[in-house]
Amino acid sequence: MQDYGKFKYLVYLILFVLTLFFLLPMYVLFATSFKSFAEVSRQAMWLLPSEYTLAAFGEAYARLIPHLRNSLVLVIPSTLISAMLGSLNGYVLSEWKFRGSDTIFALLLFGMFIPYQSILVPLVRFLQSIGLYGSLQGLIFVHIVYGIPITTLIFRNYYADVPSSLTEAAKVDGAGIFRVYSKIFFPISIPAFVVVIIWQFTNIWNEFLFAVTITQTPAQQPITVALNNLAGSQVVQWNVQMSGAILTALPTLLVYIIFGRYFIRGILAGSVKG
Amino acid sequence: MRYQVKEKLVSLGILAPSIMAIGVFVYGFIGRTIQVSLTDWNDIVSFMQGEFEFVGLENYFRLFNDTRFITGLWNNLFFMLFFILGALALGIMMAVFINDKPRGHFIFQNIYLFPMAVSFVVTGTVWRWIFAPGSPRSPRGINMLFFQLGRPELMWEWFTSTFSIGPFNIALVTIIIAAVWQFSGYTMAMWLAGLRGIPEQLIEAARIDGASKWQIFTRILFPMQKAITLSAVILLAHISLKAFDLVYVMTGSGPRNVTDIPAVYMYETTFRGNNYSRGAGISIILLMMVGILIIPYLVNTFREE
Repeated sequence: MQDYGKFKYLVYLILFVLTLFFLLPMYVLFATSFKSFAEVSRQAMWLLPSEYTLAAFGEAYARLIPHLRNSLVLVIPSTLISAMLGSLNGYVLSEWKFRGSDTIFALLLFGMFIPYQSILVPLVRFLQSIGLYGSLQGLIFVHIVYGIPITTLIFRNYYADVPSSLTEAAKVDGAGIFRVYSKIFFPISIPAFVVVIIWQFTNIWNEFLFAVTITQTPAQQPITVALNNLAGSQVVQWNVQMSGAILTALPTLLVYIIFGRYFIRGILAGSVKG
Repeated sequence: MRYQVKEKLVSLGILAPSIMAIGVFVYGFIGRTIQVSLTDWNDIVSFMQGEFEFVGLENYFRLFNDTRFITGLWNNLFFMLFFILGALALGIMMAVFINDKPRGHFIFQNIYLFPMAVSFVVTGTVWRWIFAPGSPRSPRGINMLFFQLGRPELMWEWFTSTFSIGPFNIALVTIIIAAVWQFSGYTMAMWLAGLRGIPEQLIEAARIDGASKWQIFTRILFPMQKAITLSAVILLAHISLKAFDLVYVMTGSGPRNVTDIPAVYMYETTFRGNNYSRGAGISIILLMMVGILIIPYLVNTFREE
């Protein structure tokens, strides 16, 4: 820092102003959600509550709890299954390359960049035809399928860093694909699993487009859709809405706070080169 | 030799479910959407029955004569441009400062990056609260703040403004701010990862030669980070084309479509208006725009390997 000379204070000032900018929405969330409905007036909208109350949280919680449960039911199986698929795919694509395997990998990867609008109508038709349209199971299935590219990518890049001498030695000893995986690769995969699970958990929890098109009845809607619907209801109870937003954001924020390091690795993996 | 054949079959067997899934649900469905976009499939009855007629490129011709679509396309281009510039400028600046380890750099870094962990639906809700203009007599959000600070002349209509400079709708500024807020940390994380790979001696040598901080940035850091910056540009551009959630939750299409983007139009015309063919057309145009960005990027990445 010392070579900034007299600009050092300017740098700190910039960092501080940016901090205010990044925390502004957080301030709004907390200031509004701890207010009573009577206090959510326009006059005091930017002020902290004069009296802190959990009433808004109570109402948001009562309205959102079924949807929080839906999101958990959605996120857990789709995260775990797509992580397992990604691990196996990544392993084969990095350790058992064959002619055309890189092309297969590239074609799989393209799937994570497409705008999902371009597959949405056939997807809805397909889910209708197998009777999963409008259900959480349908949404779980969709997240597993469209999670394949990113999970495969993260695992493949992770396994690519494993010294090939290790695999070669095992191959010479006559170990097959599954043995090498279960004896060598799976046991060292925990960091990659953590990255993938955190990434998928966050993305699937936060996802909106699939959720809003595939679930139809309120009983099946995950939290993001329910939060958006909260805004659409008659009188806007901003305190309830902001409490709802906090409840929606809390699980992924906790994951970020606890596992930030791994979250960053997930972000970087998304830029392909990893 | 037999051994290799067997291993290859097992490899393919492990990959098979994923290859089939992506084959059908990505490529097959894209093909199907292209097909739909070439038909007159525009009502719920024919949707349920699957009856439709082939009309060639008519849906595309109509879209390019459709003011809402054209407005949305312009909006998306301006949104993309300023979003990329904003997220790059802020992200690179944050990365360079944090890389010099100021006091509390770890805290700063975590604060700048946390929006990436939050749903667009949450951010959209909060930023809508901030930018909702209210009315001149009873202002809300930022307008209320200006009013209370005694600067009522700064109040304006924010995302409901229909003011535009050429094809650039000023209302988009609100969405650009929200998106920059959410994604600057992304550029920062990519840049920081790159900066940590630049050898310390290189910077040290430049410093001994009397290079200023700014010269080190423009002559060494920025050129060395060109590839990472280009990746960031491409990824941010593709995110801006897909930013359905943020716009849908925060502003919707807005008065006179000032904040509309094709992704929102596609959703509304398909699932609210049952215009499946038109929606399919929009989504294929979106896909082509994403493809123009992403395919060369992927090809290039694999060639380097």
